[in-house]
Amino acid sequence: METTNNQFSTALHNKRRSAKAFRNKKERTRYWVLLIVLLSIGLLSSLGLLLYNNPVPVDSPSFIPVTKRRIAAVIAMAIAVICHSLSTVAFQSVTNNKIITPSLLGFESLYGAIQTSTIYFFGATALVNFSGPEAFGIQVTLMVIMSLILYGWLLSGKYGNLQLMLLVGIIIGSGLGSVSTFMRRVLAPSEFDILQARLFGSVNNADPEYFPIVIPLVIIVAVLLFLFSRKLNVLSLGRDVASTLGTSHRASIIYTLILVAILMSISTALIGPLTFFGFLVATLTYQAAPTYDHRFLFPMSLAIGFAVLTTAYFVMTHVVSAQGVVSVIIELVGGIIFLIVILRKRKL
Amino acid sequence: MIKINDIKKRYTDSVEIGPLNIEIPRAGLTSLIGPNGAGKSTTLLMIGRLLDIDEGNITVADLDVSSTKSKDLAKIITILRQENHFVTRLTVRQLVGFGRFPYSKGNLNKKDEEIISKYIDFLKLTELENRYLDELSGGQRQRAYVAMVLCQETEYVLLDEPLNNLDVARSVQMMDHLRQAANEFGRTIVTVMHDINFAAKYSDRICAMKDGKIAAYGTVDEIMDPEILTDIFETEIQTIDGPYGKVAIY
Repeated sequence: METTNNQFSTALHNKRRSAKAFRNKKERTRYWVLLIVLLSIGLLSSLGLLLYNNPVPVDSPSFIPVTKRRIAAVIAMAIAVICHSLSTVAFQSVTNNKIITPSLLGFESLYGAIQTSTIYFFGATALVNFSGPEAFGIQVTLMVIMSLILYGWLLSGKYGNLQLMLLVGIIIGSGLGSVSTFMRRVLAPSEFDILQARLFGSVNNADPEYFPIVIPLVIIVAVLLFLFSRKLNVLSLGRDVASTLGTSHRASIIYTLILVAILMSISTALIGPLTFFGFLVATLTYQAAPTYDHRFLFPMSLAIGFAVLTTAYFVMTHVVSAQGVVSVIIELVGGIIFLIVILRKRKL
Repeated sequence: MIKINDIKKRYTDSVEIGPLNIEIPRAGLTSLIGPNGAGKSTTLLMIGRLLDIDEGNITVADLDVSSTKSKDLAKIITILRQENHFVTRLTVRQLVGFGRFPYSKGNLNKKDEEIISKYIDFLKLTELENRYLDELSGGQRQRAYVAMVLCQETEYVLLDEPLNNLDVARSVQMMDHLRQAANEFGRTIVTVMHDINFAAKYSDRICAMKDGKIAAYGTVDEIMDPEILTDIFETEIQTIDGPYGKVAIY
């Protein structure tokens, strides 16, 4: 309806007034400076991971073959960062809740259950052999299918309800967790040891064999999420406002959750569970990027995630020589930072 | 025109709203009044397509609300509920800017910015436009949301209890704004109201609901009748003539 009296007080409008993503120039500048600093930290740490304590000089022909494992680990970190950062930020926006993570939907428990039941029913050899692109494909497919059933069923029914979906997700997750725990009780100690190594999230679990499938898939999904940014901005206003602004809320949520499910499944199948990481990154992102706009939140979350993960690995590998506990440390530091942020700001 | 044809909403076997039949003409301000649980909000939500209709249909400007695409309806009708989830890192101006989403899909142009300024100024939020929503009082936030739905520039505007949590001064101010939006911009505004006297002073028409049915629908003078009001609210209500028309005394 454009027939209204457009003369009404438009004289008060001037070019300085705008509804752009940042309140003012200062905040925008701060955002870009922080983004560049964090990206530099991430790049420096990954260079450090590749070069530090490396006997082979960069210009030597044997550099690439020798550092193959390190390169694979850095690539795995990048994949984990893309998966966890983007999916957590998107998930928190569509659920309108800043203290939950997509892990609540039971991906990690399902991963644990698949691994545990393989060793329980078929023995340790089966678990060791349960690798390669097929096994990877099966796991990702299973996890995506489970989440599709869950979302499809719970969100499209007459009682379609996000809270209910989350609750059922948590219950399924803890149910699967209990079944796995039960099966683990009756494993032989040696079998349990093999299993345990798989269940700790670590970039060294990542098999470079999967990269040709994983990298394009992750990039496609990440691009789709980026393209969906403006819709996510509206969805973060809640169901009612989003609907009245003309988005089909249910379809948009299911679309987002499918993308989130793909990212989470890939990451979990590739490097194992990293429960707290996405949560830590998202919380820090909201502090570092003072905006609602996902076109700026997403890049910041990637920069923060990459900086945190590479620095943690660099410090743990080369400074403290305790590489195996990186995921433990991330969760510890993440938890502390999260508490500090909440207690200092008294809000999320 | 909003046409409601035989709609029903079933909650349980014993609790159901409808069948309702009512036509709300273009322009002016229509208030829905009635006791708690009469179905006012349910009706409003069904018109605003936020709640599915079990039977019957509703058309707004000849478009069926349950079959028309949401993004097309967003240019014709908008609805604001009482409580809204708010994003912390969102300024008043950015929120109001979302009102342009049906047109610009988030890519605001110069004309959008002008329209945003117009409604921010209209609701006297100019000084507050760069504040985050969590730095506002409840009443200011309410005004910001009203600015957003007006900024959507839809012919039909539905508001669920716009005076909820507002003190007398803020309520008067809000109703003045809505009245002005109806008069100056030619909007058709439908509100759910609890205060009979606010409804009487500012509305063109009043629709009174009771037990999921429409009990009375007409001009303010017709509805501000002691018998009708007493019957609807099941409380002794008298009306007297005040300086702005009839006033209900209870």
